[in-house]
Amino acid sequence: MAASSVMMPYFSQQVSSKSDMVPDWTRQEVSTGTTIMAVEYDGGVVIGADSRTTTGAYIANRVTDKLTRIHDRIYCCRSGSAADTQAIAEVVAYQLGFHSIELDEPPLVETAANLFRASCYRYREELTAGILVAGWDRRKGGQVYSVPIGGMLVRQPVSVGGSGSTYIYGFMDSNYKPGLNKDQCMELTATALTLAMERDGSSGGVVRLASISEEGVERRVILGNQLPKFSTH
Amino acid sequence: TLSQQAASGEMGRTTIIAIEFDGGVVLGSDSRVSAGASVVNRVMNKLSPLHEKIYCALSGSAADAQTIAEIVNYQLDVHSIEIGEDPQVRSAATLVRNISYKYKEEMSAHLIVAGWDRRNGGQVYATLKGLLTHQPFAVGGSGSSYVYGFVDAEYHRGMSREESQQFVINTLSLAMNRDGSSGGVAYIVTIDEHGTEEQVILGNQLPTFFDQ
Repeated sequence: MAASSVMMPYFSQQVSSKSDMVPDWTRQEVSTGTTIMAVEYDGGVVIGADSRTTTGAYIANRVTDKLTRIHDRIYCCRSGSAADTQAIAEVVAYQLGFHSIELDEPPLVETAANLFRASCYRYREELTAGILVAGWDRRKGGQVYSVPIGGMLVRQPVSVGGSGSTYIYGFMDSNYKPGLNKDQCMELTATALTLAMERDGSSGGVVRLASISEEGVERRVILGNQLPKFSTH
Repeated sequence: TLSQQAASGEMGRTTIIAIEFDGGVVLGSDSRVSAGASVVNRVMNKLSPLHEKIYCALSGSAADAQTIAEIVNYQLDVHSIEIGEDPQVRSAATLVRNISYKYKEEMSAHLIVAGWDRRNGGQVYATLKGLLTHQPFAVGGSGSSYVYGFVDAEYHRGMSREESQQFVINTLSLAMNRDGSSGGVAYIVTIDEHGTEEQVILGNQLPTFFDQ
């Protein structure tokens, strides 16, 4: 984004954007080129994400939190443009909070997912946002909804997203089975994110995990040296 | 025209894999050749022999890859007569690499070379864009992106022949399920000191996963 020209308007008139004096990353948009994952289990969901935010090749934030609270038991995992996803999440959190007060009961995960879809579809030409909506409600228990770029909505038992997700489709297909418990889902998510972070240059840092159930939200961080290791490294 | 479409056949839209085990190698590929959205060949064998115990897996432009394989097959024949014994896998890989590097601007083909020789046993070499590296396993083609996580997690040294074959079949099946450009049947070639074994796994015999 053009942050540098706003901060130093006089300087940028003298220095053309092609000059070596202005680093390349100042001209790039901030993106959460990323890996995100969400898994349903009986009684809740487990969500996870890496922690890298990039502007071009520069890592703007190496400890980003891409697991964003929308409501007490509903979170979203953000991938794509950092600005777009933050803005959408704020709007949806406001809309859902208002709706929940009107209803006088906790909102449904499906409602949150539909609010995301409404924004992402209406403004699909302007936005770059791939979002996983996950949470727990009393009606349907743990649910994961995927709202990829373009603004479709689909519920899936397990879903991955972001640039790093391509590398772990095979791992996810072979290792996920219906009927896993919470700890197995946590391990599956941590392992999958680690594998993606090893292969995708835009994903890295630490692994952030959260589990959401009737009891509440439990968050964890797995630091780089504590991540699982594989024999090829 | 159909023949023009066939001539522009693309195998870069594919999945290929080769893996070393103790005593030999296993190579595998899918069987789809597409020209745009059309599948021009659904039973193409992309595992091409360079010598009796050295094979290569083809991806990229079908014409480029096949031509490189044929040229190296000829060069290896001459070379093995000159030295009076079976050629080394590294020699075959070097010949492939020399062509890939010299013509890297004009050609777009990636060949994985794998085989068995008496000096170093089973070996796998990648020759992407003209480099030459020896690796415990190599994957290539568009379908390979989807299985990097799987192979990183599941590969370990010291697998047996049967375990390696199953590993290759599982990897190909996962990639073929996710990559629209890979599909058809799975071709497997297993090479060790006793000989070379070719197999075909038909679509309905491939392993299935939780959502199928």
